[in-house]
Amino acid sequence: MSEPSPVAGVVDTAEAVRAGEQRAEDVVAQHVARAKARADLNALLHLDEERALSAARAVDERRARGEALGALAGVPVVLKDNLCLDGVPTTCASRILEGYRPPYNADCVERLIAEDAVIIAKANMDEFAMGSSNENSAFGPVKNPWDLTRAPGGSSGGSAAATAAGIGAVALGSDTGGSVRQPGAFCGVVAIKPTYGRLSRYGLIAFASSLDQVGTMTRDVRDGARVLRVLAGHDKRDATSAVEPVPDYEAACAAPVSGLRVGVLRAALDQVEDPDVRAAFSAAEQSLRDAGCDIVDIELPHAHHGVSVYYLVATAEASSNLARFDGMRFGLRVTGDDLLSTYERTRAQGFGPEVKRRIMLGTYALSSGYYDAFYIKAQKVRTLMVQDYQRAFERCDAVLSPTAPTPAFGLGEKTGDPLAMYLADIFTLPPSLAGLPAMHVPVGLGQASGLPVGVQVTTPAFTEVRMLQLAAALEARSGYVCAPPALFGGAG
Amino acid sequence: MARAYETVIGLEVHAQLKTATKLFCGCPTDYGAAPNTQVCPVCLGLPGALPVPNERAMELAAIAGLALGCDVRSESRFDRKNYFYPDLSKGYQISQFEHPLNLGGHLTFLVGDQEKTVGLTRIHVEEDAAKNLHGAGGGAATVVDFNRGGTPLIEIVSEPDLRSAVEAEAYLRKLRDVLMFLGVNDGNLEEGSFRCDANVSVRPVGQEEFGTRTEIKNINSFKFVRQAIDYEVSRQVGVLESGGRVVQETRGWNDVTGKTFSQRSKEDAHDYRYFPDPDLPPIVFGAERIEALRKAAPKLPEQLRAEWTSEWGLTPYDAEVLTGHPAIAAYFGEVAGALDAGGREPRAEAGKRAANFIQAEVLRDVKTSGLDATFSVPAADVAELLSRVQAGTLTGKQGKQVFSEMASSGEGAEAVIARLGVQAPISDTGALEGDIRAIIAANPAQHEQYKAGKTKVLGFFVGQVMRVTKGAADPATVNALLERLLQE
Repeated sequence: MSEPSPVAGVVDTAEAVRAGEQRAEDVVAQHVARAKARADLNALLHLDEERALSAARAVDERRARGEALGALAGVPVVLKDNLCLDGVPTTCASRILEGYRPPYNADCVERLIAEDAVIIAKANMDEFAMGSSNENSAFGPVKNPWDLTRAPGGSSGGSAAATAAGIGAVALGSDTGGSVRQPGAFCGVVAIKPTYGRLSRYGLIAFASSLDQVGTMTRDVRDGARVLRVLAGHDKRDATSAVEPVPDYEAACAAPVSGLRVGVLRAALDQVEDPDVRAAFSAAEQSLRDAGCDIVDIELPHAHHGVSVYYLVATAEASSNLARFDGMRFGLRVTGDDLLSTYERTRAQGFGPEVKRRIMLGTYALSSGYYDAFYIKAQKVRTLMVQDYQRAFERCDAVLSPTAPTPAFGLGEKTGDPLAMYLADIFTLPPSLAGLPAMHVPVGLGQASGLPVGVQVTTPAFTEVRMLQLAAALEARSGYVCAPPALFGGAG
Repeated sequence: MARAYETVIGLEVHAQLKTATKLFCGCPTDYGAAPNTQVCPVCLGLPGALPVPNERAMELAAIAGLALGCDVRSESRFDRKNYFYPDLSKGYQISQFEHPLNLGGHLTFLVGDQEKTVGLTRIHVEEDAAKNLHGAGGGAATVVDFNRGGTPLIEIVSEPDLRSAVEAEAYLRKLRDVLMFLGVNDGNLEEGSFRCDANVSVRPVGQEEFGTRTEIKNINSFKFVRQAIDYEVSRQVGVLESGGRVVQETRGWNDVTGKTFSQRSKEDAHDYRYFPDPDLPPIVFGAERIEALRKAAPKLPEQLRAEWTSEWGLTPYDAEVLTGHPAIAAYFGEVAGALDAGGREPRAEAGKRAANFIQAEVLRDVKTSGLDATFSVPAADVAELLSRVQAGTLTGKQGKQVFSEMASSGEGAEAVIARLGVQAPISDTGALEGDIRAIIAANPAQHEQYKAGKTKVLGFFVGQVMRVTKGAADPATVNALLERLLQE
């Protein structure tokens, strides 16, 4: 066993609260205190101390009355700011939604509350989940807890930074093309993107509907498994949510991995230049081999089109999804001389540059005369990528790859070059486009950078059990503990 | 005019599907509620809300497709039609563009006494927009009522097969009739649940290719459709005759001036950027489900008329009257069915009996509104009443009296009969013979006429008998007795 994490996680907290060893109110108070102490990270957009403490007290009172508590009793949760929380500001880190308070809870919020979790804060993010560094927030960038001069990744950068800094036992993010996995990699936390349809998207403010999935960020794999079990399942309010049984993900974490065939994209790996990323991958490959897995080389012949396909499909959907932010019913309205100028001014002032860029790209891709050449062609290549995975999974049970091509890059380093920024997602995009479950597992700190590094595990649709099994094995053999030295005085 | 022109018309009808809830959320579709009281995050397009298709709406659309001879697709899709307008909460309308539910089809109807068949291009499903209210409450502001937003519609697109305003009106009336009988649409033009856009062009007679068309939007009465098309045809002919060209554009209809007016030219046409809605998986209708819908679909007026005239003894006129509204047709069906089930007389007699009674008595004070109709007496009670007449325990005249009392008091037949002390008709020949002999004896002149072959005076004797028995004698028995005794 490795050293325990300096801050209790999901499972330990829930069990302690259920057993009466700890009061939910005390747990939440500690997390709120840490959140306030680390305001410099800018990880949170809204901290609702009173609401959180009162929810925690309600959990304690229910236990005092002898009621059985849920699987997440007293577990403090941070929500990415694109998840609707009834009556609480939900902005997507955009000026256009400043002051907006949704009148309803997202499905995943309802499920968390039903299991006695306590939502403590809304996390900063790239505006409308568009970005890979959290520098596209209208409310300022988030700092990486491992090195305050570096980016936390994006778009769920606030969720990742909060989790790494011990603010909340779990943070929910959303992943469209890597938006929980890549910040998970930059901040050294476990980040799960479930199969498309595994979780309801109801109440997740859409970026690209055919790709968006809610994901979890935790400090270890078992914590992620417990939260996933709570969140997974069919929701009749989301027509794309799957009707599939929900297995015991937590139990899967203890299952042996020997005999599993793990596919490796050798050709893609050769293109990775960063020594820490290469070393982390080799170590992960070796540890799975040691655990009895068979390593097989595989190919995904169309994976290199991932960035192009993604930036056509996702922007096309976004251009339409973001049309409802028109200043008419909610959020910002900048009144002009007539209807058209009201639309124009509201959207010109409400959206940031990256959001505008993507709306423009997507509008173009859907325009008459360009639709076939861009949108339709992208969908065809997307189908080829799905078929690539189907063929690969005839030869292996899971695919192992780096999560990001580099460890956390510096704040401001890539903001001038959108394309370079988009390339931060080359490993995370293919599973997203194929709708597959994929997760980031930290395996250690890079020798060169001193920053967290890890790998991505991808498995066939609805085989999260197998994915978690492999992730737990990698985690156990790595000895990694999430404890950024700047925050926890050099532990880990 | 120098040349003769032919009019070419294609119609697009938006018909609201008769569902309890909206197309993509659970909000009610009732008309006339206070503004913005039938709304939720989904139909308001709030961030994070998602659409879920209303299965019943899709079924109703398929029922319409089956009845109109469409190819009901086993897989159809919803697309997004993107444009900005305050009555469109999401910035796009969810519609079916590339893969509609129903393809092809046709509608046959009468224009005068000529049968005409018009081809259908497609019938697709889409959500309605909300309602902009300009200057409501006297202010300059435009406000929006989202109650209607998200209501399910089908759009029925015809081929350009219509050749006159009269044909267009006949087509619309027939289409509304069909949809109402299917229970798909309530046919309520005033409430906007059946609206029409007309594509109109003219071409010189003999010319193969179509002229440039204009589209007249949102016409909400049959009369206005006829007027708008007639106006537009003469306008276009005028333009061409004076050497001009018809501009392809969208036009509105002003029912005060009786004119169409330009709204939007082709140059300002939107690029709607249609693409498949990623929130909605394809709609799948298996062959079994389509078959079940086909079997369960209500009968259309012409099917009912054919059955009623061939099996149920109705004249074409009776059948036409009784299929005037689906609720009246259902009423007749229930009454005639119950009388037929009693087995006391042949089906054709039972049908005729029900038809005559309903037309003479019931239809006098029926009120219809949309698909609903209010009858003063429920069909089951009328069936019960007529079965007594059928059985001979009430005369026809007594039946009418009892009905009138049932209608005003709301009581059932039995209660009315008891209260009024209505006597069963006397059909005992022994009891009647004395009276009849006395009447014959008292009227020797008429008796002589009868014997001389003037059988018409039988009516006189019947009247006398009825007067003496206060209408309680069974007419058939009286007739038979009189015929025998007058010969003596």
